Amino acid sequence: MQRNMLVDAQALPLQRYQTSVLRWLVTTNHKDIGLLYISASFLFFIVGGVEALVIRLQLAEPNSRVVSPEVYNQIFTMHGTTMIFLFAMPILVGFANYIVPLQLGARDMAFPRLNAMSFWLFLFGGLVLYSSFVLGGAPDAGWFAYAPLTGTDYSPTHGMDFWALGILMTGVGSTLGAINFVVTILNMRTRGMSMLKMPLFSWQILVTAILILFAMPALTVDAILLYFERAFRAPFFLAQQGGQPILWQHLFWFFGHPEVYILILPAFGIISEVVPVFSRRRIFGYAAIIYSGIAIGFLGFTVWAHHMFVVGLSPIADAIFSLDSMIIAVPTSIKIFNWVATMWGGRLNLKTPMLFAIGFISMFMIGGFSGITLATVPVDWQVTDTYYVVAHLHYVLFGGTVFAIFAGLYYWFPKMTGRFLSEKIGALQFWFMVLGFNLTFLPMHIQGLMGMPRRIYTYAANTSWGDLNFLETIGSFIIAIAVGIFLWNVAVSMRRGRPADGDPWHGHTLEWAVSSPPPGYNFAVAPIVHSRWPLLEENPDSVAEAHFATGVTDIPEETSVFPLVVAFGLGVAVYGLVYLYPVLILLGVAILFAGIVGLVYEPR
Amino acid sequence: MLNESMTAPTGAHETSLNIDNRKLGTWVFLASEAVFFSSLIVTYIVMSGRAVSGPTPQEVLSIPLVGINTFVLISSSVTMVMALAAIERGDQRRLRRFLIATALLGLLFLSGQAVEFTLLYQHGLSLHSDLFGASFFTLTGFHGAHVSVGILWIGFVLARAFSGGVTKENHLAVELVGLYWHFVDVVWIIIFTVVYLIGT
Repeated sequence: MQRNMLVDAQALPLQRYQTSVLRWLVTTNHKDIGLLYISASFLFFIVGGVEALVIRLQLAEPNSRVVSPEVYNQIFTMHGTTMIFLFAMPILVGFANYIVPLQLGARDMAFPRLNAMSFWLFLFGGLVLYSSFVLGGAPDAGWFAYAPLTGTDYSPTHGMDFWALGILMTGVGSTLGAINFVVTILNMRTRGMSMLKMPLFSWQILVTAILILFAMPALTVDAILLYFERAFRAPFFLAQQGGQPILWQHLFWFFGHPEVYILILPAFGIISEVVPVFSRRRIFGYAAIIYSGIAIGFLGFTVWAHHMFVVGLSPIADAIFSLDSMIIAVPTSIKIFNWVATMWGGRLNLKTPMLFAIGFISMFMIGGFSGITLATVPVDWQVTDTYYVVAHLHYVLFGGTVFAIFAGLYYWFPKMTGRFLSEKIGALQFWFMVLGFNLTFLPMHIQGLMGMPRRIYTYAANTSWGDLNFLETIGSFIIAIAVGIFLWNVAVSMRRGRPADGDPWHGHTLEWAVSSPPPGYNFAVAPIVHSRWPLLEENPDSVAEAHFATGVTDIPEETSVFPLVVAFGLGVAVYGLVYLYPVLILLGVAILFAGIVGLVYEPR
Repeated sequence: MLNESMTAPTGAHETSLNIDNRKLGTWVFLASEAVFFSSLIVTYIVMSGRAVSGPTPQEVLSIPLVGINTFVLISSSVTMVMALAAIERGDQRRLRRFLIATALLGLLFLSGQAVEFTLLYQHGLSLHSDLFGASFFTLTGFHGAHVSVGILWIGFVLARAFSGGVTKENHLAVELVGLYWHFVDVVWIIIFTVVYLIGT
């Protein structure tokens, strides 16, 4: 009874949700920005998915001509770039934006306007990248953009300029966001919430943010070098002038491998929230999950060269990076054991979030196993640049991250909207997803071992790759149907979904102590927590106090247009840089500067 | 960004670590910047010796000119420290004076760099001349850009100081720009060592 009182939402007037498009442009509220991130990145997910379907159509049969080779190169480059930079990363940041301040018992992020700026930098960066499709050709050198394919000789359109600068823009956004998360998580925890009482999702986001901070600059520098090479003929990666294509690879993977953990640690965080709630018990080994997450974050910086075994580094270097890569399996397995042990002693509640969480654990483990094989240098030499790698990375990033994202969407949708997603449609989507996913990517292991190289435009009929390819194409369309089912679920549930109260799943953490959706200011009074599971075991009075305090309706919603202005200015400058048009560069910088002046002098 | 307000719920006016959000944020930002410059410096070390044409660092880099410039930048860190010390005592006049001095020394450094760049350009060194030129101008250019941003930042703090917004009790703005300024200064000392002292 007490519990229900505690989460009864309707007692508080909700002074937000003014229905205005304009509001979304100027909002600095972390929940609005979270929703913006989630919606915008889901749109990019659909675009990247359509690109995947084009790839699968082209490969469905031998000697196919669905698209031209030039367009094919652009499509697979943009598929990878989109899914990593414009979907997986930002949607996880979106969850973090919405959930972390709520879990910490805070009113907002540490720097709300900086938060908005991060979002607009991501969105404009993505739009700048995509505008290249209509401006002479999209990037076409693959998502990791190896020299010399990125040089003007092999990639004469402006596509790779857009790639370098678009990635740079989203990267600046991610870095600013990471600063914000580190400060928020370290500094804005509510009364009583020591680091070791903090929810596990927030913990994984902290480690992720630190990874972004230290990994992203390497990519930024790489993108700058590439842009200088293409725009000003600086010979960084041009071997004939002494340049070092290998340096590109080192810098790229010094970013690129931590990036893998940037994409999976928040997923681990989501799973660590979902599994205990739907096992109806506390997580098994709370501290182990934290320490293994830190270990993964640390080790993540020491394994980048396992992407470069075929380059011909020294045998010693190969051995070290191989060993390091295998060691990462240890902390990762610890987490798997944590989740399985949590379920073992629990009473499972197989709602859709839990289905996706179990799907995550199973699929991710397959990706982990193929990862160990790839960490073995001789195996890697055999299967590098074959579909075996494509299979591995999709088991980790799709079977892993994307399944976790759907677990998170089903888990937190009631919190964000006040309505449940349909369980029936959810289960339908889950089974379509599992079937389509495995049909698409499981055969790729075999195909890779048969020697089919990744990224080839087409193949001859006598290769015997045709049947598996056809099967995979069918699988990919089943995935598309599953995503369609999800969109249908959202459309139906937004309007007619079963209403959810503040704590519809009997959650453990503070985001469930406020109404669904929460008021703009989250908590009227900072809650006091005494344990890791404030909603499970303590007298909820202190949390209730946070909720039912009166006299808080006059907290103004703070807004600012300047984050948008700054990001827009940078976007304009990027076009100037691509076309080397000084007036446009100056205009962009002027807008950017005006935005900063606005931010500094805006009355707060 | 400079005057972002804390948005903790009422009753939690203290931060968890007892450090101001803006100060912690600046430190975290500088940590990321350290990786940025490390990447650029590594690029220079890998690239500069591999040039197949163009002048070598030994032939064209002028240690006396850049040595003076380095002294100018280090002096600007001293004046920045003096500015902070002044406002900690509540001395507005000296705060403004030392901030102006810091900005002017920064400008002097940039002018020195402009002179150096011009001389090197006359020697045939440029972004596209060879690997040495490309990595040299990228590294030192981005450092120069950071100095420029620092000068603009000092400008904002100065404007605030002149309008009475910086006080003995509340001078975080000076501390933050100081952190950034010293960081950029330290980076230069590393660049000077790697590029000029060791590299030639």
